[in-house]
Amino acid sequence: MTDSLIEGVIKAFQLIFSLDPEVYRVAGLSLYVSALAVFMAAIWSIPIAATLGLKNFRGRKIIRGTFNAFIGFPTVVLGLVLFLIFARNGPLGLFGLMFTPLMISIGQSILITPIIVSFITSAIESIDTDLRDLAKTLGSNEFEATIAILREASGGIILAVLAAFNRAFAELGVAMMVGGNIYNKTRVLTTAIALQTNRGDISQSIALGIILVSIVYILNITINYLRRR
Amino acid sequence: MRNVWKEFDKITALQDVNLEVTHGKITTLLGPSGSGKTTLLRILAGLDSPTRGTVFYEKNQIDTNEQNFLRQKATLVFQKSVFFDTTVYNNIAYGLKLKEKFSKEEIGNKISEALALVRLEGFEKRRAKKLSGGEQQRVSLARALVLDRELLLLDEPTVNLDPKNVSILEEAIQRVNREKKTTIVLATHNMFQAENISHNVAVIVEGTVKHVGIKEKIFGTPNEHLASFSRLENVFSGTSTISKDGTSTLQVGNNFEIQCSFCQPGKITVHVRPEDILVSAKPLESSARNVFKGTITGIIDAGTIVRLTVDAGKKFSVQITKKSLKEMNLNVGSEIYLTFKASSVRLI
Repeated sequence: MTDSLIEGVIKAFQLIFSLDPEVYRVAGLSLYVSALAVFMAAIWSIPIAATLGLKNFRGRKIIRGTFNAFIGFPTVVLGLVLFLIFARNGPLGLFGLMFTPLMISIGQSILITPIIVSFITSAIESIDTDLRDLAKTLGSNEFEATIAILREASGGIILAVLAAFNRAFAELGVAMMVGGNIYNKTRVLTTAIALQTNRGDISQSIALGIILVSIVYILNITINYLRRR
Repeated sequence: MRNVWKEFDKITALQDVNLEVTHGKITTLLGPSGSGKTTLLRILAGLDSPTRGTVFYEKNQIDTNEQNFLRQKATLVFQKSVFFDTTVYNNIAYGLKLKEKFSKEEIGNKISEALALVRLEGFEKRRAKKLSGGEQQRVSLARALVLDRELLLLDEPTVNLDPKNVSILEEAIQRVNREKKTTIVLATHNMFQAENISHNVAVIVEGTVKHVGIKEKIFGTPNEHLASFSRLENVFSGTSTISKDGTSTLQVGNNFEIQCSFCQPGKITVHVRPEDILVSAKPLESSARNVFKGTITGIIDAGTIVRLTVDAGKKFSVQITKKSLKEMNLNVGSEIYLTFKASSVRLI
């Protein structure tokens, strides 16, 4: 086992530095799929968070609590639910999305929506409530004042997006269930690792694992560095 | 504003307020904490709307959905400074970047001009939230001034600040009013501030405007509302008799006499500002006519300045610098002499 581990690490670096096209294609698709998921989730999550964080209405606490509760939703269960809905004979089967990269993005975007909503809502809630009045008395209308608050919460928003990307990028359940791990089409880093490990190709798995972790690590460090500036 | 009421859930903050603010003048809203000053200012600023009643700006009636209009005419400086978490420059520039199209250079010039007015030259790149309380309040004022609004609203702008910051702020406020003819409404619970810097005074107590008029009229006629809320220290009531030289001697009981430079017989109330009282270890030989020996009963640390409570037959409150406290080696129980001039005794 130790031998195969060392062998795996060596092979991993060979794969990485020999610019193996298969490895880079899988890594590239992973990045693309998860980035798209974050982008889509942000489109609806930021307005939801802004509403939850800024407005007081009946049921606000319940909605907020629900989003909080869904942060840890099991990816496999979400994958199963989406599979049943989008499968050819399912209610939304007519779109033919099953086993496409877009389907993985949709699944992941649903998966990470609670993270983005909860984190950004908290970030907005931590902003001084007087800031809205300040923006208004300096001449802002309601919309401009909201933008000012969101900008003030930008640190928290970046953190939320980053956490969401990490979750999407590293999850396996949704990608496997609705992506199908099809070679050259929907195979992403996590599903590839699962497959290679099952096949016994440990070194390939380790190589992909190192790439997965490295991307997450480098991305987080870079964004944290930029944020501090 | 006419017949303005403001109610929050169960609290009535303003009751039937009628108030006219004169163009180009400084009007103070003078009243104790919780009297509705802030609520009134927020309505004038277009941040809140009255529950009932009408607000006019010049001849325009301001309806609830027209507060944007009011917000283009007026700006409010809050009692507690609020900042965007960025530099002083960006904080002041915010309002300028919203509407009119100024060039970067114009914005820069306006900002340094406004900062100069509050004597914070070169503070552009400092982080606003890292400044001291006084500096923050001065930046807040500069941020409002740079907008050049016709109506400037100030909510207790100098509360809890040291004398240096207070005078810088008051000076800037008066200068803007003088040079740009900006109409200013200033809320304060400090009678002296109201007397020092305003033209008109509206006394507001429990959500109602009790008196309104030019300051000479308001302060010329002593009234209970003024005395009741002003957190005056060293207040003494008693019977005053006129001396031959035209000054007064005030008997405040227990054979305690205070010499006053004014000529006012009968039952009166006076007070002495803590900063007008000299503290010394030995009796001073001076022209000051009031000298009392007392014992320190309390020391309150308020930063560089320390407040002492002194029992000299009557209770006094005085202030000295922390340095003096140390140099004079004063402690609770120390015996000291209090000295103040007859002209420092003010009639309420």
